[in-house]
This record gives sequence, C-alpha cells and structure tokens, in this order.
Amino acid sequence: MLDLGTHASFIIAAYAVTFVAVGALVAATLADDRAQRRKLAELERLGIRRRSASPTVKTSHSIKTTTKPKAARAPVKRKPATPRKTRS
Amino acid sequence: MISLANPTRFLSLVDRVVPWLSAVVVILLGVGLYLSLFVAPPDYQQGETVKIMFVHVPAAWLSMLGYTLIAIAALGTLIWRHPLADVAAKTAAPIGATFAFIALVTGSLWGKPMWGTYWVWDARLTSMLILFLLYLGLIALWQAIDEPGRAGRAAAILGLVGAINIPIIKFSVDWWNTLHQPESVFRMGGPTIDPSLLTPLFVMAAAFTALFVLLHLIAMRAEILRRRVHALQQTQVEHAALAEA
Repeated sequence: MLDLGTHASFIIAAYAVTFVAVGALVAATLADDRAQRRKLAELERLGIRRRSASPTVKTSHSIKTTTKPKAARAPVKRKPATPRKTRS
Repeated sequence: MISLANPTRFLSLVDRVVPWLSAVVVILLGVGLYLSLFVAPPDYQQGETVKIMFVHVPAAWLSMLGYTLIAIAALGTLIWRHPLADVAAKTAAPIGATFAFIALVTGSLWGKPMWGTYWVWDARLTSMLILFLLYLGLIALWQAIDEPGRAGRAAAILGLVGAINIPIIKFSVDWWNTLHQPESVFRMGGPTIDPSLLTPLFVMAAAFTALFVLLHLIAMRAEILRRRVHALQQTQVEHAALAEA
C-alpha cells in the first residue's frame, strides 16, 4: 500500500484536483469536437455545402462538392515579339 | 508549414496525428504516475509532499508555455494574418487556464505543510495568479465579441500585452525575495534536484506537454469546424430568405 506519510491528505488533494481539472478539460474538448462534427454532418445531410470545399483533400470532415472541374483554358495566342528600337 | 495554413490540410493532419498522440499521452502518463507515486523516494527535507511537485511544476510550465503560444499566435494574427493563428490562440486559452489553475491549487496545497500557509502575496504566486486572470480575460473577450475577426484582433493585443508577465513569472524568484523556492531545474550550473526525483518530473512534464498538444489539436479542429458550421448556417439563412423573396 502507498504510504504518503503525515501529509497524505495534501498529496491526495493535489492529485485529485489535477485529475478532476484535466478530466473536465478532456471531456469538454472531446464533447465540443463531437458536437461540431455532428452539426456539420447535419448541414451536409440537408445539402448545404461550402463553396470553397475542395474535393482533392480527404478528411473525415471534408464536404463533398458538386462543382464541376474548371474547363481547360484555351491556349493564349501571343503576338510575335517585335524587335526593340535601340538608339544608335 | 505553409501548406498547413490551409485549414482543410490542417484537419487532415490532425486526423492522422490524434490517435498516435493519444497513445503517447496514455503511455507517458502511466509511466510518469508510476514513477511519481511508487518509485520516487521522499525528499530529505519535504518528505512525501515532494510528490506534489510532479503535478505542480509541469502544470506551471505548461501554463507559461500556453501563454507564450498565445503571444506568438497573436503576432501571427496581427502581422501575417495567418488563418490558423487566431484559432490557435483562442483554443490555447482554456487549456492554459486549466494548467494555471492546477499550478495555483497544487502549489497552495504544497505550501500549507511546507510554509505553514496556503497563500502569500509574494512575487511568484502573485504573477502566477495574474497569468490565470489574463487567461480568464482572454476567454471572456472571445466570448464577448461575436465576429471572430474582431475578437481575434482584440484578443491578440491583450495577448501581446500580457506576455510581459511571462519573464516576470520566470525571474520573479531571482528579482525579489520570495517565499517560493528559487529556480531549481532550468538554471545556470544545472539542476539542484536529485536525479531520482528529476526523472519522474521530466516524464510527467513530457506527459503534460503531449496532453497539451493533443488537446490543443482537437480544440483547434473543433474551432475550425465551428466556423464552418457558422458559415454554412449563414448560407442556409440566405437561401431561405431568397426563397421567400
């Protein structure tokens, strides 16, 4: 058995406070993360999409986009280079 | 690093890192608690109360690290307008506040049997209390302003101003005559703590640091998703208004 000496109550209280505070922080962080995921999934289910959502990067939160890929640009015709006039 | 400025890429990275980092936290905490409670010998002066050091000191370090992170992120918000800087600062505040709270309470519980009092207004304890209040102020500021951009800039200014408190906490035991003991780990000439106590302290510090990083990554992910949800809800309202018109 762990012998914490004459000041055991202070040691136990210190560790108890740490566990409760860290436990509450972990629980609150995870609950918030889950809540935001759930809200986002609900909006996706309703068909509301981000305009900037990229289909190329896959994450568990990525939103599938229905945007069509951009058409390939037509080649730009350039004027032939004209020789510069130089001072003689 | 530049690619991580994209929140979607950042979320992808967090998804990959979180399971591994969770395992690291569990292992480090398990080993650290075993070394702290069952292996570390009693101190020749403080007896078994030295075990409080293994949670008090890492919590104090992490509370200062958290505020340093907020100050760096504040620069990112104000100067470079990094899209994740504001998110990083906002999500670091509750975690840093929790560690500051733990440092204050466990320090108080350590102080009573060693000093004969729970609290004394010396420079180290007072500056640590100010750090905790700064954290609460930052959290309140973010809660008070609805628009994230404005809240982020206001909080960044407070974060930078408050950063002056970090060196004051660090050097308070050198600059003033305090009841709190002087620096005994990171000091010129090396640590004054015996390796049998230093090893559990470093393992617990590593565990707390890994826990801080893990919680910060998860909180940042949640904040990015919250902002996406908010933007989508606004889009939903706009669509509904257009449909009615």
